Amino acid sequence: MPLTTKEITINMGPQHPSTHGVLRLVLELDGEVVVSCTPHIGYLHRGSEKLAEARTYQQIVPLTDRFDYLSCGNNNLGYAIAVEKLMGIEVPERADYLRVIVAELSRLSAHLLWLATHAADIGAVTVLLYCLREREEILNLFELLTGARLTVSYVNIGGVRRDATPEFFRRTKEFMVEMPKRIQEYNTLIMENRIWLGRTKGIGIISYEEAIDWGLTGGSLRGSGVNYDLRKVMPYAAYEKLKFEVPLGHVGDVYDRYIVRMEEMNQSIAMINQCVEDIPDGPYKADIPMVSLPPKDRVMQDIETLIHHFVLVSKGFPVRKGEIYAAAEVPKGELGFYIVSDGSEKPVRMKVRSPSFVNLSCLPQMVKGHMVADIVSCIGSIDIVLGEVDR
Amino acid sequence: MHPDNIIEQIRERFPDEVTGSGSQFAQSWAVLKREKVEEICRFLKEDPDVRMDYLIDITAVDWLLKSPRFEVVYNMHSMQHGHRVRLKVPVEDDGDPWVPSVSGVWKTACWHERETYDLFGIIFRGNPDLRRILLPDDWEGYPLRKDYPVEGTEWTFRPWPE
Repeated sequence: MPLTTKEITINMGPQHPSTHGVLRLVLELDGEVVVSCTPHIGYLHRGSEKLAEARTYQQIVPLTDRFDYLSCGNNNLGYAIAVEKLMGIEVPERADYLRVIVAELSRLSAHLLWLATHAADIGAVTVLLYCLREREEILNLFELLTGARLTVSYVNIGGVRRDATPEFFRRTKEFMVEMPKRIQEYNTLIMENRIWLGRTKGIGIISYEEAIDWGLTGGSLRGSGVNYDLRKVMPYAAYEKLKFEVPLGHVGDVYDRYIVRMEEMNQSIAMINQCVEDIPDGPYKADIPMVSLPPKDRVMQDIETLIHHFVLVSKGFPVRKGEIYAAAEVPKGELGFYIVSDGSEKPVRMKVRSPSFVNLSCLPQMVKGHMVADIVSCIGSIDIVLGEVDR
Repeated sequence: MHPDNIIEQIRERFPDEVTGSGSQFAQSWAVLKREKVEEICRFLKEDPDVRMDYLIDITAVDWLLKSPRFEVVYNMHSMQHGHRVRLKVPVEDDGDPWVPSVSGVWKTACWHERETYDLFGIIFRGNPDLRRILLPDDWEGYPLRKDYPVEGTEWTFRPWPE
């Protein structure tokens, strides 16, 4: 009988430590080389878009926390700017700065967790412990600012939920002095590590044109050298007033995507420093009674304000008829909200364009022809969060 | 290029296909007939002055009591020129709501079309891989349609497929 060979089909996930959640991949292997890869998603599908159609505009803010639960500040911000544009609300300058601070802190914490898991997947477990140490401090800052650590719901329609205290600014400043040294520390661990280079250089290359064609955004796109960052392209909040650079890769492999995100952390620190320095005094939410909740101390004192508060919370506010697409640059890429309003208190349709979903669709292309072990580094490099993929 | 000029270009190239246009918050859209959507998208992507190389997303809106019932929405952006435009394609709910697939134009379109098919039941003719994506393969109904309840569907436990 002649010897024959055939491809073997194996299943990876949904419970697998390096798929960053519940991602299932069905792999066709020729020996150890990946011939084809089919992602199966939806294990975390919670129907956020359907739920949003049955919620008032304010009630949707906590829903947005649960897309990419590692960078809630950014998600809230993306949603808030969409609704504000739809309603024509001007946000006070202080709120804009606070929004950038919380968005960039979120980005730092999301990138830290990305680096931690990405490095741990490839075998550098030490980095994980170091990164979680710094992320803990960011979560403490969130707690100080918002009262919550993970799902903060801090950015609201019309402003932010509460003002920052001097203590918050002091501790943020202290941490921002410390943080660049820590990033240097991570770099000494892996940036020129021979094993790290071997596992990331030349793996999962996506060219400039392909990256655009696949709709990649965020670090995954900029790793391929495409200069597209929504904070520059269509600035929102206070980004227009801040000085920062958009780091770009050249080759478009796993290593370039890693370098881009590491440099993004430095840029985030620079932005937070500028914000903390330049933040103006003033109100932290727009003074529009139809949208903003009244001050809590007055709610406790007179009945009209209590009724006002009650009506706003229970009935919501109408949003003028129309449709809008607004997007924010979240750690994963372009998080877009396409909102269609019919003039009532609830949206007719809220489509969430989630970056992780689109970035994941490119994974089969990336891993084709590579080894099984490289799938793990490719998944790490596109930086997906399954909560955002499935929504 | 201003988005209105892009819509003007589509009008010039495909005079019978554009049935309307609109603009709000500096975002413009064109309403198209469904038959030639793929050709129009290919033109938008390949014309050097328009060059819509990045498809942001594809989605749909369900206007339950209106006719046509569905509206398929395409958002796109040009990396080179930095302009955006939106296309809307009304689709009647006649038991076979279809639009042509644009997965041959942009690679990213495939998953967006699968998602829209999964949640709205809109058939993208020509998509090579039109399967459910977020919901299980044996799911019944299309959740984002307005006549689908928000909560309280019956659910039966089926441990193994028959």
